[in-house]
Amino acid sequence: MAITSSAEIVDLGSVPLRELNQRLHDLANGTSGPTRWRVQNPSGTHAVAAGVDAEVEIEIEGHVGYYCAGMNKRATVRVRGNAGPGVAENMMSGVVIVDGNASQSAGASAHGGLLVVHGDASARCGISLKGADIVVRGSVGHLSGFMAQTGRLVVCGDAGEALGDSIYEARIYVLGRPAGLGADCVEKELRDEHRAELRTLLDRAGIDGVDPADFRRFGSARQLYNFKIDNVGEY
Amino acid sequence: MSALADWSLRESYLFDRKVIAEIQRAAREGLYDIRGFGAKRRLPHFDDLLLLGASISRYPLEGYRERCNTDVVLGTRFAKRPIELKIPITIAGMSFGALSAPAKEALGRGASEVGTSTTTGDGGMTPEEREHSQILVYQVLPSRYGLNPDDLRRADAIEVVVGQGAKPGGGGMLLGHKISDRVAAMRDLPAGIDQRSASRHPDWTGPDDLEIKIGELREITDWEKPVYVKVGATRTYYDVQLAVKAGADVIVVDGMQGGTAATQDVFIEHVGIPTLPAVRLAVDALQELGMHRQVQLIISGGIRTGGDVAKALALGADAVSIGTAALIAMGDNSPEYDREYREIGSAAGFYDDYQAGRDPVGISTQDPELAARFDPVIGGRKVANYLRVLTLETQTLARACGKSHVHNLEPEDLVALTVEAAAMARVPLAGTDWIPGLDASAGNPR
Repeated sequence: MAITSSAEIVDLGSVPLRELNQRLHDLANGTSGPTRWRVQNPSGTHAVAAGVDAEVEIEIEGHVGYYCAGMNKRATVRVRGNAGPGVAENMMSGVVIVDGNASQSAGASAHGGLLVVHGDASARCGISLKGADIVVRGSVGHLSGFMAQTGRLVVCGDAGEALGDSIYEARIYVLGRPAGLGADCVEKELRDEHRAELRTLLDRAGIDGVDPADFRRFGSARQLYNFKIDNVGEY
Repeated sequence: MSALADWSLRESYLFDRKVIAEIQRAAREGLYDIRGFGAKRRLPHFDDLLLLGASISRYPLEGYRERCNTDVVLGTRFAKRPIELKIPITIAGMSFGALSAPAKEALGRGASEVGTSTTTGDGGMTPEEREHSQILVYQVLPSRYGLNPDDLRRADAIEVVVGQGAKPGGGGMLLGHKISDRVAAMRDLPAGIDQRSASRHPDWTGPDDLEIKIGELREITDWEKPVYVKVGATRTYYDVQLAVKAGADVIVVDGMQGGTAATQDVFIEHVGIPTLPAVRLAVDALQELGMHRQVQLIISGGIRTGGDVAKALALGADAVSIGTAALIAMGDNSPEYDREYREIGSAAGFYDDYQAGRDPVGISTQDPELAARFDPVIGGRKVANYLRVLTLETQTLARACGKSHVHNLEPEDLVALTVEAAAMARVPLAGTDWIPGLDASAGNPR
């Protein structure tokens, strides 16, 4: 996504965040407005473009703080920098792209849409995932995919300790090496439908040069779905 | 056995029959006891306080003629649209999943009829609940089940749940047999499996993060909604101060008598502090920050009567919240169902297996046939009646103390019946001016 010179420019160096978010929110209420936005000087501001519900493109020129594009619906948000914790948390739909690295809890509890991190993502990437897709070009930290319910997490690098701990029905694909698997997470066969699914996800994320056949698939062993005393050592 | 011989039997205080039964159940089943309801042990509570009615030095208001107002406004600190309640008693968060849809609807109907709020729970907001709740508080819980921005905006207030009194520090567990297709769909999980709720939020840790999280929720809702922070009562003084620092409009403190749908018995009975000291500690924290009445305080955990309400308000709460009592008002544990309770191994007055989903009254179940027994219109009327009685009782007591508003009740109107309650509530033991633990020269202990 490239924002052209016709975009609405908002400089957070002089415009309060509240004003930016209010203008973006007003689009959901039927107010007509620009469909392309460029946000300058975010300087680590939290909650930039949080709660947007409109088919707009928002490009953020720099690093953002916590919860950028939180609860996003329909919008395409690109961060030309690094993102703090909880980028695209609880996203419902749309696309969020981070050109740099993402801090912990990227895409936490996201229900829909696509989050792409072109750098690395830190701990708990895709924690409590509820249906969204996350593609990370680099590596992810520990406890990524913790209690992930549904949705897909694609990691083109390595994964930290306790990958997919207590995972439910989400699917995790890793090209590199997981440092360890969490409770009830197991490696599963990578079948043709998974390779096709991966191809689609990588294409949507704009990531080429990797072969879906080289990934490993991880998911739930479904042994902790109903409490059993025999599993007490896993709790 | 002769009566005399029977009298010679001595039951162990340490290993009484309940303890023996639990040890043998644990040995038989190999699983800890999970149940609903709240703490059942004897705890210091509002029963251990008394109100000092007016006499010569204070004069009372005329009952039924002189007004004693009960309105409360919540969320005056930052929210553009604070909540205005007609009574200082709200309905606590209880999930659809733990409760049936008709039960949730009844809570909304009852609360709306008397001008107060009800609260969602783990699992999100149902359309029935929104439709029948004039004022609805939307919980943001660690599980984030069903959380979405549309419901966030549809809500009248937001409650960030850090913990609850029945299990501070613990997550939740909705057992698989209560997971109907509808509950499963709302939580993005397959039907029939246990749904574990995390004990920590997925995207923030600690008070500094909480401040940023609250800021995000305010941004998403354009600073319109009051943001509550709910904590289970443990280190209450510090939790309240940190919640204020994090930007809460309203703080909800849930004492260890607070109810639950499914928690380990050992957790319910052994973690947290009672509601009585919790309210005092919370008020201390707010007063020390100069935020008492600016950040409103809601107290919950074992509120049953107008006496409990009046005493909580006198200690400095702005409102109270009820959960278990509301379920009982709707018919939970009614003698009318004793035979059916006994058929499932319990009895009226003892039923606490909310986790099992076999509630014959149709409240704590997802079984369609059982849920259909519960009429939400009649249930709503009972809730409204009960809330009215609580309010009238509170007004009666406040008038007797000469108060034209229930918020004018104050600690000076209270004495304690026990040394423990006097120390916890920091009011004098009745008939004395002794407040155990208070050293006026050294400031307030905590």
